[in-house]
Amino acid sequence: MGRVPQTITEKILAAHAGREFVEPGELINARVDVLLANDITAPLSIREFEQLGVPVFDPAAVVLVPDHFTPNKDIKSAEQAKTVREFARRHDLPNYFEVGRMGIEHCLLPEQGLVGPGDVIIGADSHTCTYGAIGAFATGVGSTDLAAAMALGETWFKVPETLKFVYTGKLGPWVGGKDLILRTIGEIGVEGALYCAMEFSGPVIESLPMDGRFTMCNMAVEAGAKNGIIAPDEKTEAYVRGRARRPYRVFASDPDARYKKVYEFDVTGWEPCVAFPHSPDNVRPVRAAGKIAVDQVVIGSCTNGRLEDLRLAARVLRGKKVHPDVRLIIIPGTQEIYRQALKEGLVEIFIEAGGAVSTPTCGPCLGGHMGVLAAGERAVATTNRNFVGRMGHPKSEVYLANPAVAAASAVMGRIADPEEVV
Amino acid sequence: MLEGTVFRFGDNIDTDLIIPARYLNTSDPAELARHCMEDADPTFAARVQPGDIIVAGANFGCGSSREHAPVAIKAAGVACVIARSFARIFYRNAFNIGLPILECPEAEAIAPGSRVRVDLGTGRITVVDTGAEYRARPVPPFMREIIAAGGLIPYVKARLAGGR
Repeated sequence: MGRVPQTITEKILAAHAGREFVEPGELINARVDVLLANDITAPLSIREFEQLGVPVFDPAAVVLVPDHFTPNKDIKSAEQAKTVREFARRHDLPNYFEVGRMGIEHCLLPEQGLVGPGDVIIGADSHTCTYGAIGAFATGVGSTDLAAAMALGETWFKVPETLKFVYTGKLGPWVGGKDLILRTIGEIGVEGALYCAMEFSGPVIESLPMDGRFTMCNMAVEAGAKNGIIAPDEKTEAYVRGRARRPYRVFASDPDARYKKVYEFDVTGWEPCVAFPHSPDNVRPVRAAGKIAVDQVVIGSCTNGRLEDLRLAARVLRGKKVHPDVRLIIIPGTQEIYRQALKEGLVEIFIEAGGAVSTPTCGPCLGGHMGVLAAGERAVATTNRNFVGRMGHPKSEVYLANPAVAAASAVMGRIADPEEVV
Repeated sequence: MLEGTVFRFGDNIDTDLIIPARYLNTSDPAELARHCMEDADPTFAARVQPGDIIVAGANFGCGSSREHAPVAIKAAGVACVIARSFARIFYRNAFNIGLPILECPEAEAIAPGSRVRVDLGTGRITVVDTGAEYRARPVPPFMREIIAAGGLIPYVKARLAGGR
């Protein structure tokens, strides 16, 4: 049999299944390099795993990050976090990250070099797909799947078909990874990539900084995708070099690889955009938003809590004041990002503007703590979901946007274009 | 063979609707069941009877990976979820914890409040009053092995015991 053209996703899965190639639709068993869980999902995994009565297949491969309801928001959350902490101690897991030394999981793992190009990563968190930005196959699973993989070191996958997205043209001012992915989800819908891989490519992706690429792959799941992925290039190598804790392997799609569909977007003229309640595909240009007053603005999360995001917010907020009717909450994604934001004077800008700066946590994104909304309240957030009740009361509303739009909205007290402020 | 009353929901029923994150400070199934579907239908948890069936549109269970979602549905007494399509993580989770789910392209033809019989073996769905029949997509053989073992953990246990 001759050479079979493969996508990057197929190549990574084949390499982890001990195969020459794999076909979309096939069920395979694949070795996993990294397994992740948090304070919400790990307790269920631990309960299931302990029924097996076996050791963890590789303690260094299991990463536990209590980031959702931490620092513990109530007694029950404290007990869940304790379950995770004690499990990590009992099994000598070196990659447990405590409050004060941690970060939001999907900001933390790439930063700490725990995930690398060519890896297969599963996480009991749907946004595990973030790591596709460094050319890994990464996908969210449930707690029981994670428990089984902690014992076996492998899991089963149905090889996904791949949708290819090619972005050409020139990015406008204040338009970045968040806008590219929101516009894309707006085009294909929240089930537009159901069960598929989303492969992002083209000159616009090549020009995008790593942080923008993380944002794009992070939200692949909001289109129903199994994974989002970007082939590694010099930027990826520069990011990974000096961080990677294990050898890594760079894969790329063959030029004649087969795709379920190819979408081509010329981004020239695209403006910053906003996803209106209550679905990430309900996308409009910010300038068409109309006069929508906001009560709260959240800048952070696994989607947009990285250094580039904070720099962008600071460019808008420098020398400005948060609108008197708005609470601005800024959450650096990791302790390292926080420290760097301090060094660069970003935190100073945020506090001068009248914003609250928090230790890393998922907190408000899922309506946990640190910024829960009351009935009738509206938030602009750089997070990933605007479902009913996502940030609090089921009668509250979340508008998703990039960090510059969020910062401009905090200043104006309504959804605003950064051009109106800067 | 299952028989129950249908509770109908629309497209894109996300995991925040199935079990809002404000209740995720526990993984106790009974407690989760009390808040099942709360933000989609606040009366659901009080009205649902053991054996009842959820019927929904496309992309059921989208959003978070929280296994608390199928756990809440199962603990609320729901015998089966029938939907036009499921989000992939929810799909895996349901099998893994032993909640039967069926993908049926015509799911939305089934009226709320009707009694339906579901044959999980054949995927045949019958509306009791009208006799109307619908077909679910066949469950992949590998998933049937997991169900036959009683869920993923017993399946893995058997595999570990067999030294495979």
